[in-house]
Amino acid sequence: MPQLPGSSLAVKRISASPDPAPSIRTAGPEFAKLIDISRCIGCKGCEVACKEWNELKIEPTRNFGSFQSHQDLSADTWLLMRFTEIEVDGDLQWLIKKDACMHCEEPGCLYACPAPGAIVQYENGIVDFNPDKCIGCQLCISGCPFDVPRFSAETHKVYKCNMCVDRVEVGLEPACVKTCPTNAITWGTKDDMVALAEQKVDRLKDRGFENATLYDPAGVGGTHMMYVVPHGDRLVDYDLPEDPTAAPGALAALAGLKQLGMGVMGLGLLGTALHYLKYGPEVADEEASDPASPEPGSGPDAENT
Amino acid sequence: MTNHWKDIKNADVVLVMGANPAENHPCGFKWALEARDERGAQIVTVDPRYTRTSAVADRHLQIRPGSDIAMLGGFIRKILDEDLHHEEYVRLHTNASFIVQEGFGFDNGLFSGFDAATSAYDKTSWDYERGSDGYVRRDMTLEHPRCVFQILRNHYARYTPETVAQIAGCSAEDFSRVADIICSTGTADRVGTIMYAVGWTMHTVGSQIIRTAAIMQLLLGNIGRPGGGINALRGHANVQGATDHAIVAGILPGYLRVPAPHQESLSAHLADSTPEPLVPDTVNYWGNYPKFFVSQMKAWFGDTVGPENDFGYHYLAKPADDSTWLSMWDQAFKGRLKGIIALGFNALLAGPDVPRLLEAMKNLEWQVIIDPFMLDSAEFWRAPGVNPEEVATEVLYMPATHWIERAGSFTNSGRWAQWKEKAIDPPGDVRSDTWILSELAWRVKELYQEEGGAYHEPILNLQWNYLNPREPTLEELAREINGYDLTTGRLLPSFAGLRDDGTTSSGNWLYSGSFTEEGNMMARRGTADPSGMGFHHDWGFSWPVNRRVLYNRASADGDGQPWDSTRPGIRWTGREWIGDVPDYGRTTPPDQAGAFIMTEEGVARLFTTYLNDGPIPEHYEPVESPSPNILHDDVAVNPAIHWYDGVREALADRADYPYACTIYRVVEREHFVTSNVARLVELMPDFFVEVPHGLAAEKGIENGERVRVWSARGEVEGVAIVTKRIKPLTVNGETCWTIGIPVHWGFKGITHGSMANNLTPFVGDANTSCPEFKAFLVNLERA
Repeated sequence: MPQLPGSSLAVKRISASPDPAPSIRTAGPEFAKLIDISRCIGCKGCEVACKEWNELKIEPTRNFGSFQSHQDLSADTWLLMRFTEIEVDGDLQWLIKKDACMHCEEPGCLYACPAPGAIVQYENGIVDFNPDKCIGCQLCISGCPFDVPRFSAETHKVYKCNMCVDRVEVGLEPACVKTCPTNAITWGTKDDMVALAEQKVDRLKDRGFENATLYDPAGVGGTHMMYVVPHGDRLVDYDLPEDPTAAPGALAALAGLKQLGMGVMGLGLLGTALHYLKYGPEVADEEASDPASPEPGSGPDAENT
Repeated sequence: MTNHWKDIKNADVVLVMGANPAENHPCGFKWALEARDERGAQIVTVDPRYTRTSAVADRHLQIRPGSDIAMLGGFIRKILDEDLHHEEYVRLHTNASFIVQEGFGFDNGLFSGFDAATSAYDKTSWDYERGSDGYVRRDMTLEHPRCVFQILRNHYARYTPETVAQIAGCSAEDFSRVADIICSTGTADRVGTIMYAVGWTMHTVGSQIIRTAAIMQLLLGNIGRPGGGINALRGHANVQGATDHAIVAGILPGYLRVPAPHQESLSAHLADSTPEPLVPDTVNYWGNYPKFFVSQMKAWFGDTVGPENDFGYHYLAKPADDSTWLSMWDQAFKGRLKGIIALGFNALLAGPDVPRLLEAMKNLEWQVIIDPFMLDSAEFWRAPGVNPEEVATEVLYMPATHWIERAGSFTNSGRWAQWKEKAIDPPGDVRSDTWILSELAWRVKELYQEEGGAYHEPILNLQWNYLNPREPTLEELAREINGYDLTTGRLLPSFAGLRDDGTTSSGNWLYSGSFTEEGNMMARRGTADPSGMGFHHDWGFSWPVNRRVLYNRASADGDGQPWDSTRPGIRWTGREWIGDVPDYGRTTPPDQAGAFIMTEEGVARLFTTYLNDGPIPEHYEPVESPSPNILHDDVAVNPAIHWYDGVREALADRADYPYACTIYRVVEREHFVTSNVARLVELMPDFFVEVPHGLAAEKGIENGERVRVWSARGEVEGVAIVTKRIKPLTVNGETCWTIGIPVHWGFKGITHGSMANNLTPFVGDANTSCPEFKAFLVNLERA
């Protein structure tokens, strides 16, 4: 991999805040992580690297009848290899998929977040959570079309993959990319990764995977974690939504307003509106007034697993 | 490996059989993926399970454990039947044309010369026919009925797709779909490689499985060529280095031979060990055996040995019995072994038949365990089912450095010796292996010095000349292994300079050239690759003499030109060979001698007298098999294996133990040591049993439930992973289920679980004695 430049972490979007003025933004490249599922052997080296670099806790796991380590993502497991057996034309296929934050160009989590500065999108494409400003309302979880962020009952905050933003900032690749022994994960500018993915898709088609495709869904404006998927007609078996959108339903309309210039007001309204619809005013008020300590178990995490 | 890791990128077909490199060699396996994605190579897995390697392969064929020779024999038949072999290569570079003497035969499962009383072959009838000049007779038309080529053709004619399918349990169509790919590389412009591991060696026919693969690769012209070869994937970081330095019984470092009792003098040992050429045009490099042997004795005993005392030959033990793993523990089982010093292995979990092993360990007076971790072996008296009060064995545990806490070399599967640096300091008062062994040596020496004793010369004369003789540095040892010109005191540049007159020393001739006057060649880190073939001659040191592909003379034709000019191994320019370090004299013209310089035939052996159980491989069933041997059930299992007392009688009956079982590792763990690594335990916490979906349905077992598996030796219990990755097979007309069991658990470490080797039989290969871990019978139920 060629040496990458450090990334300035210029901010593109901030939750519940006006977008920064273009004058203070820079024109650095967008980065992306490309996962070639056809080269992934499911060794889970990336899982360990993620936990090591981000100093995530070891969770007491139990084998539940699978090669998969954990049943699900959690506040301490931001990356999980999922294993699924399917049959394609009578032949067994063992689908092994790295599950983590997609870093959407249109981040549903950020749009849904009512806490100013709790979620930040950098110009390089990384969507980062700031626990210091997280109020634990878990609206980001509702907003995520990929079901990625996870609430910690211990800290009452929500966590997810931050694309090793501290490594990227100084020109390093994320830890999972660094550790991957088969080069199934590559890292570079979004343009380069899309070009590489197209080559990989062509090769897969030559090898008989006629439905091979690049997963970079337009409904969320594209993502900064992308997949080369051998069986592109079986996205659901990879646990990948066919057509995810950043802002389902009312959110979409309000997000549209934002594009039209309603700006952060629209989003703020949206957050409040959604919260009101789901939990009524008391919860929203309580959370707004006392961001540090929402009631344990009051969040919608159970509905989102 | 005949080739090396990066060379796999040069292949057109990658056969993965008896191995699961995605699981056990994930870093090296990237080169197979590189071949797939950059060259359009096809990766094929043939395995009892659909593995993580299968998940990224182009095709997978499920076979029954222990049917490998049948499968490979089927490939050989197809190659010969359909003339898919690389004809010019076979004629030029193999012994296909050699004529075997009259009297050789094979009938109903037995080769000629079998003695039922001793379960051993008299190999006289397997020899070649000689001409009046004393050399082997050859028929270059390959049509003589007794030439090796015709013997092969006749032998494997029985291995039809239908027969192979019946033995292996697949369909004849599935066999043919895979065979078409595997047998497609017998041309100059295509090359196929084989990646194998202990899935082949750990059978009572292990050596012969590998022979079958070698024969197949020779017929296809794939040995010696970049992108080809037969590549053993070793199971630990330095297991190749350990093997080269004689960790296995029966050899001295550098694959020299342990003296035998009847070899009463050095000259008798050398005469037995130094082959005579069988054809006029062979280099017969083992003809240099005396130089390697004498130089090794000089490295060990220094000035105390010379021609006057047979270079210390009499100092060496000449064991009548073998001291393989099984024989050693059999002696302990019988109460004939007093104690054991164990470095670098967890014997209790590593050997077959743990219940028997526990009995054997109880018979020891003492055990010394030298290891970074408190092993299950060190606390065998606390194993499940053992009453500590009944164990009198004294166990001494010495914490030793982990490899991460010291420098030294690793030799990888591809024979690359690479020097590594110490990463961290050892904790507390932990000592290095070199300190511990030096102390042991000195204290024994001192005892002999003070108290005398019978035949003390070998002990007192053993050289220990290091700057700090109580803890030599690993560089000092590496220099000693490389060897010296004793007349000048200078390090040897290669083994070409070794002498048999006592003027040179070398601890291991294969590593001569690894640490020279120019420095530590193993520490080189040059990344240049001018040919683009991945040879990387400036990186580390590859034995022998920095050669990256063994037998590379065979990568070229009779005129010395590469079979495939886009993938040259070496090339004759008219004056010299260029490319890889030639496996041939650098300026020796191509027609001067056979390509395979290590054989007395000068060519590669499709047929050989070197193995104990047949000159060509034959399918025999595992000692516990779900099926009769449909080729010859009177001789169902390998007739030449050794039966330890009481083992044969206690084998399982297939009526009571109906399921084939095999054991293996998973990528998240590394043998037993990772039971101590929390982040890896998190990834794969519990012992499990892989149960085929259909069998689970039959038995009412739900995914994630606990199951019990038992064999004629012992039992295990764990979580069921119910999977469609193991399909039912149809073996000889009957449904055959296969159960999969991982090996990584014991009763020490962060996580505890059943010991897989509770199940495995105490029996080994007829040549290596490597235990049959990979195929046996069990029964299964919900726990």
